[in-house]
Amino acid sequence: MELILFIFVFVMATFLGFELIQKVPSQLHTPLMSGSNAISGITMVGAIVAIRSTGGELGMWLGFVALILATINVVGGYIVTDRMLAMFKKKGK
Amino acid sequence: MEFLINLSYIVASVLFILGIKMLGSADTARKGNLISAIGMLLAVVVTLLESELDYPWIVAGLLIGGAAGTVWAKRVQMTGMPELVALLNGFGGFASLLVGWAEYARDKDFAASAYPTFTAFAVIFAILVGGVTFTGSLVAYLKLSGKMSGSAMTFTGQKAINAVILVVLIMVSAVFIVTQSDWALYMIIALALALGILGVIPIGGGDMPVVISFLNSFSGIAASAAGFVIFNNVLIVAGCLVGASGIILTVIMCKAMNRTLVNVLFGSFGGSGKSAAVVGEMKAISTQDAFFILEAAQSVVFIPGYGMAVAQAQHAVKELGSLLENNGAEVRYAIHPVAGRMPGHMNVLLAESDVPYEQLCEMDDINAIIENVDVAIIIGANDVVNPAAAEDEGSPIYGMPIINAYKARTVFALKRGKGAGFSGLENSLFFRDNTRMIYGDAKETITGLVAQFKG
Repeated sequence: MELILFIFVFVMATFLGFELIQKVPSQLHTPLMSGSNAISGITMVGAIVAIRSTGGELGMWLGFVALILATINVVGGYIVTDRMLAMFKKKGK
Repeated sequence: MEFLINLSYIVASVLFILGIKMLGSADTARKGNLISAIGMLLAVVVTLLESELDYPWIVAGLLIGGAAGTVWAKRVQMTGMPELVALLNGFGGFASLLVGWAEYARDKDFAASAYPTFTAFAVIFAILVGGVTFTGSLVAYLKLSGKMSGSAMTFTGQKAINAVILVVLIMVSAVFIVTQSDWALYMIIALALALGILGVIPIGGGDMPVVISFLNSFSGIAASAAGFVIFNNVLIVAGCLVGASGIILTVIMCKAMNRTLVNVLFGSFGGSGKSAAVVGEMKAISTQDAFFILEAAQSVVFIPGYGMAVAQAQHAVKELGSLLENNGAEVRYAIHPVAGRMPGHMNVLLAESDVPYEQLCEMDDINAIIENVDVAIIIGANDVVNPAAAEDEGSPIYGMPIINAYKARTVFALKRGKGAGFSGLENSLFFRDNTRMIYGDAKETITGLVAQFKG
């Protein structure tokens, strides 16, 4: 039953994703992409959970590397997106 | 505790949804990015409440990753943006692969899962999509940063090799689901990585906007698959949102080129020689003569392309634009949706050099008034202004919407040399009677024109 709930969540989120973005002005294409790219670094949550005492040595190392990479993705992605949007903003006035 | 964590994940998911929605509109975009970052922070912080975690390693990972990401993102030049986005995207994909692998390393026969077969399937999917995202993004990074030739690399039997890999992959996956053996997993990893390389190598530089946004969508799907591996709802939701919205952006890019996604990814694109021969000759003009024409112009349109990014000419272009304005001309910048190497590439560069927002025009808006434009200045753009797309049915780019620069009264084309564009197509625009070529580095040419105006 739990599995069905997760699949339900998955399907709903897919539809929501399609509906969320309809007509995006072209100057926002890059920020939208790099901003959503940062969100895909959510896998760092999975990496943290993998770094646990019961995970075994290999699992720990894999989780550790995953955490570093995903954190770079998240932090770098948000900062770069903000930098870009700041440039758009100052001339938007 | 479990309840609190899952409740916070729901809040984080809502923040992601709001964030993506707000990113889609100019007024709210920056706030949207911030809201989604807060959602991410919340998701990470509550995850730290999970039991049995090994904190020293986690803190070390967060610090290393956070520092590297910050330094990278702050240092990068705006012209280096496409390759940075590609690289970050690849990292995210690889992380999802590792999360899937780590779960297998922790629990070899997925005995802890209530659905061992499903978990095995999810592990394969996370590794496959994550691996393709990783090496695919890496190849895109190498192509975009010029460390590897940006042109399409094709060889005979390419499709056959890909097909063989796919078949082997399906067989090995089946073995893994049944036996959960190490060698099957390692083979899946290797094949996924190979598939990413082979998939992106044959795609040429001009198709990069499509590829980048497609890989972006893929990294979301990989995260979602990793979410199914560890049964974590925030991974599933956030990954899915990125996957779906990335597909929408990809479709927008494909439409701008009048091609299907399948055609971009698998159609070997290139001059087959069927297109009409171009007659006439290219007529060069000096910057002095170009200056006299510009000085008299009432309306000027800049049409930038990838060449402007390569020459880093955006600041010089903006300076020339301001001078033309002071001279009484109406100045606009026309941006084709797939100009450059990532979606919205030209907008980022022109924003960096402070081009006023009102002067940026989308393709349809400029095409409506292009007949009344005195001078269209094409800076390192090629295929997006190639009239063959409108006129030559034999051309591979026939049907692609273009900026109708050839309808302007005078066209200046700034170009490094006489060669064809990335697609290997001759551009008949350069041979037309109203076109004048200004050869040389775009930045030097523009700076030269600026000097004429000042002097």
